[in-house]
Amino acid sequence: MEQHWKSAKGLFSAVLGPPLFWLVLFFMIPMGIVWLYSFGENRGLTEIALTGTFSNYLRAFDPLYLKIFVKSVGIAGLTTLICLVIGFPVALAITFAPAKAKTWLLLAVMLPFWTNLLIRTYALIAVLRTEGYVNQSLEWLWNGLDAVVGVLGVGALGPFQPLELLHNNFAVVLGLVYVHLPFMVLPLYSALDRLDTSLIEASLDLGAGHLRTLLVIVAPLALPGIASGVVITFIPALGSYLTPDLLGGPDSQMIANIIERQFKRANDWPFGAALSFLLMYMTFIAIALQAMLSRRRREPA
Amino acid sequence: MAKRPAPGPLEYLRRWPLQLWLVGVGIFLYAPLVALMVFSFNDSRRNIVWQGFTLKYYEKALNNASLIEAFVNSLTIAAVSTFLSLILGALAALALWRFRFPGKTGFDGALALPIVAPEICLGVAMLVFFAKVLPWPQGLPWPMNLGAIIIAHVSFSFPFVAVVVRARMASFNRELEEAARDLGASEWRTLKDVILPHMTPSLVAGGFLAFTLSLDDFVITFFTSGPDTVTFPVKVYSMVRFSVTPEVNAASTILIVLTVVLTAIALKVQGDPASTAGGHAALDRPKDRP
Repeated sequence: MEQHWKSAKGLFSAVLGPPLFWLVLFFMIPMGIVWLYSFGENRGLTEIALTGTFSNYLRAFDPLYLKIFVKSVGIAGLTTLICLVIGFPVALAITFAPAKAKTWLLLAVMLPFWTNLLIRTYALIAVLRTEGYVNQSLEWLWNGLDAVVGVLGVGALGPFQPLELLHNNFAVVLGLVYVHLPFMVLPLYSALDRLDTSLIEASLDLGAGHLRTLLVIVAPLALPGIASGVVITFIPALGSYLTPDLLGGPDSQMIANIIERQFKRANDWPFGAALSFLLMYMTFIAIALQAMLSRRRREPA
Repeated sequence: MAKRPAPGPLEYLRRWPLQLWLVGVGIFLYAPLVALMVFSFNDSRRNIVWQGFTLKYYEKALNNASLIEAFVNSLTIAAVSTFLSLILGALAALALWRFRFPGKTGFDGALALPIVAPEICLGVAMLVFFAKVLPWPQGLPWPMNLGAIIIAHVSFSFPFVAVVVRARMASFNRELEEAARDLGASEWRTLKDVILPHMTPSLVAGGFLAFTLSLDDFVITFFTSGPDTVTFPVKVYSMVRFSVTPEVNAASTILIVLTVVLTAIALKVQGDPASTAGGHAALDRPKDRP
């Protein structure tokens, strides 16, 4: 039974005091200041007057910025969808793997996730850039083909044109999928692992195929896990800064890049603050939707 | 030798389409990293064709004073912020586990905020805080100059430790504590000899998590670091923006090997990852990387 705080006031304040103090001073207050600034206006170089204006939020609905918001949601959504499609079979295989293989497969999924994000992004740059591994391999194949064609006397293929794989939206989505795949696989695995396998076996015994069983039996039962995987993948993808910054081109900026620009280069803190709180609200909405979904699933049962 | 029986209905791992899928995902996840590591030994600056084995880029990376400084900064920040996060996280978990108090739900919810808030939001909040409220003095001797970054890292790490420790404490049998008290142990003695030993595995897991989060963080550090407080990710970022060089490959390889070794140690101490994977998944910080 939990103890009422009044019965051990000394111990209670010693235990709760430090984390509460830290949370308020070094998290709530910084966030609160940003929130206040989002209702402020620039006065001079470093002065910000808190005028209670909503103009910063209104400015975010300017078509220029609205387009970036819509694009960010689109990119994050596409990333989440691809992660789900790629990750579901992986989670399924891990769930029904023998114990020893399970351990190794989980480790294999988690290891890249523990590797530094910057290093993983850098590794992708090396793969995708014009002189990268993909283009070099293609050039080698092309030249080989060119030689064969030359021998046959059909004519030359012409010089190799490297593919533009980096600094575009394709690279951003690829990078986000690369980085966020473990976020999807692990919650899916923990949902599938709790599943009652006799239901699946019953469905298979009664003549349903594997695909039908997956769609009709497994997917609905694992829906809370799928929902949490989707949210856990979508939220960081939506707020990602590094991937669009390093892999994207001039038109693949996402919300976080715009926020960074307001604070570091444009020096328009009130607008940046408003953008960053809009991103916070979008995050909360995603979490609330997931919570509602998982509650609705639980009630009828 | 007898042929292996056909795969059972649920042995998905033994069906070839799924095996092919797993191999494909494995290549997708690992090929870029393996290529990066292999070419850190390649004796050629520009060409990706194998030109022979060399360690000269490791020599260059290890002689790059600013890279080493950034690396030492990162390890120092990670060590100190892990230490502080463990104390604060364990205390927060104890408070939530042990006591009923007004505002408990609020504290619980507020503790989850640093976990779910997008990194960029936390980053700009720290930038504003250290610019306006608590300007961190410039030119302090090392390691005091890293204070602002350490504070920022503790703020997003300790709630993770709290979640891990709290999950562990849920399995604690409160009767053990009552027995200890009945047998005459003081509050402090009970904490040290009964509760703490039960908590230890979660402290190891939480500490590992906090250390990796700190070592990995780029965005929040990017907003709190000054010109004389560069961390490894921030340094690599400026090198990567400039160009792709074998020195970065070499430095990255060192960090990857370090991560693998740390992971192996953590797993040895903690046991089977299958038993903890669910917990980790629920905890995954929405990170810009992840």
